[in-house]
Amino acid sequence: MWQTEGMAKYSIFALGRNALQRHRHWPRAWRSPAPRPSYDAIIVGGGGHGLATAYYLAKQHGMNNVAVLEKGWIGGGNTGRNTTIVRSNYLNPESAAIYDHALNLWEGLSQELNFNVMYSPRGVINLAHDHHEARELHRRIYANQLAGVDAEWVTPAQLSELCPILNLDPNMRYPILGGTLQRRGGVARHDAVAWGYARAADGLGVDIIQNCQVTGFTMRQGRIEGVQTSQGDIGAARVGVVAAGHSSVLATMAGLRLPLESHPLQALVSEPVKPIMPTVVMSNKVHGYMSQSDKGELVIGAGIDGYSSYAQRGSLPVIEETIRAVVELFPITSRLKMMRQWAGIVDICPDASPIISATPVAGLYFNCGWGTGGFKATPGSGHLFAHTLAKGEAHSLNAPFALERFYSGALVAEHGAAAVAH
Amino acid sequence: MLLLQCPWCGDRSEEEFACGGEGDIVRPLVPEELDDRAWGDYVFMRRNEKGIHFERWRHAHGCGRWFNVARSTVTHEILASYQVGDDRPELPE
Repeated sequence: MWQTEGMAKYSIFALGRNALQRHRHWPRAWRSPAPRPSYDAIIVGGGGHGLATAYYLAKQHGMNNVAVLEKGWIGGGNTGRNTTIVRSNYLNPESAAIYDHALNLWEGLSQELNFNVMYSPRGVINLAHDHHEARELHRRIYANQLAGVDAEWVTPAQLSELCPILNLDPNMRYPILGGTLQRRGGVARHDAVAWGYARAADGLGVDIIQNCQVTGFTMRQGRIEGVQTSQGDIGAARVGVVAAGHSSVLATMAGLRLPLESHPLQALVSEPVKPIMPTVVMSNKVHGYMSQSDKGELVIGAGIDGYSSYAQRGSLPVIEETIRAVVELFPITSRLKMMRQWAGIVDICPDASPIISATPVAGLYFNCGWGTGGFKATPGSGHLFAHTLAKGEAHSLNAPFALERFYSGALVAEHGAAAVAH
Repeated sequence: MLLLQCPWCGDRSEEEFACGGEGDIVRPLVPEELDDRAWGDYVFMRRNEKGIHFERWRHAHGCGRWFNVARSTVTHEILASYQVGDDRPELPE
């Protein structure tokens, strides 16, 4: 039986004490409770964003009677399938503000959660391969600097210092003319983010209920009253849906439509090698991006498949195109074996920006549309969605990202900064 | 990898095609009478079906023509391929 004081603090002393006991007495990091008949708020979706929402509801808004319902296991969807890149260099002021809010939270997250999320600000580089792209990236640098986001231009000479394995041959098909660098960008450990938020939320009284699929919403007179699940009906006056690729499926259950298309986004990792890649390099032009995990695997991200899908697998031509780009950018990788390849289902908005919003159903809120770049936003998304759920109105940072923008026309177009490079 | 049936060119590899998203979205006949809500619904809102999806494809690197496909978004199985303007085909259960 697990110990009930699940929030025993992790520290060097706890590690030493448990080492002496051969690590047989670590408490469970979170409980596995049966659902109660009702909660003050229910979060549908136990990925990073959903767990973060529950954590901030309990921590900052005093709402401890909260459940997170997850149809599989926590962090098993896109949280466990992304390429772990964290950055905030988006073009528009609204986007720069929301992603930089997340980046500020990343910086203190391991201390906040007492769980090492391995946030590593090793820098994120976006390459320019032609003069037009160089101009676009300069524009983004200036926009970032005006918005208070760190951004600078790096020349090929600087790039050879920052990332020695980069192919800087001026005669290659798409020569590298320079790039942008966000030094505070980097990577974090994806699973640890889900586990850290789950453990901290559980410690504050949040029930995390896995293998609990939502099959419908209970509504009366345009108000939410609860959810129907594979583990029975659960009541709640407020329900927040954070279901990424499956957001449209849940919206349909509530009689709503969303401006989303679900697509596979593929990634792959190589066999582990010694450290060769000290930073994160992304290229929108030739469609590939790469970083190295602490285990030594090269983590490579591809673009989305062009058709909609819920299958969590994509087509090989997309992988082939990405590998072609990566081998040209990093010739050292040409003989590496790839170990695993997978896809996550991402919910893409027409303006490549997220939706954190109330809906026509009172008490029902959606946090979706993060598309190809949700991981980096995890802490900020959860923080702002918790505010929206607790107060019943948007925080100033997520007000521009309401569903209403698709009727008013005030879109936040981020195709350039979001592209697929995450 | 998908094998798509262009109604004019026959079975061809997915790489020759561009997917145009959800099909059967009818352009409003009297656009000047639409309010913002109706426009938003028409332009942006999608069914994003988990199951059989009726969608448009274009044989971009072939004949260049648009056509409709009924495809499962869960298994990727292609159930039917038909010309623009044709009625939806009867699909096996």
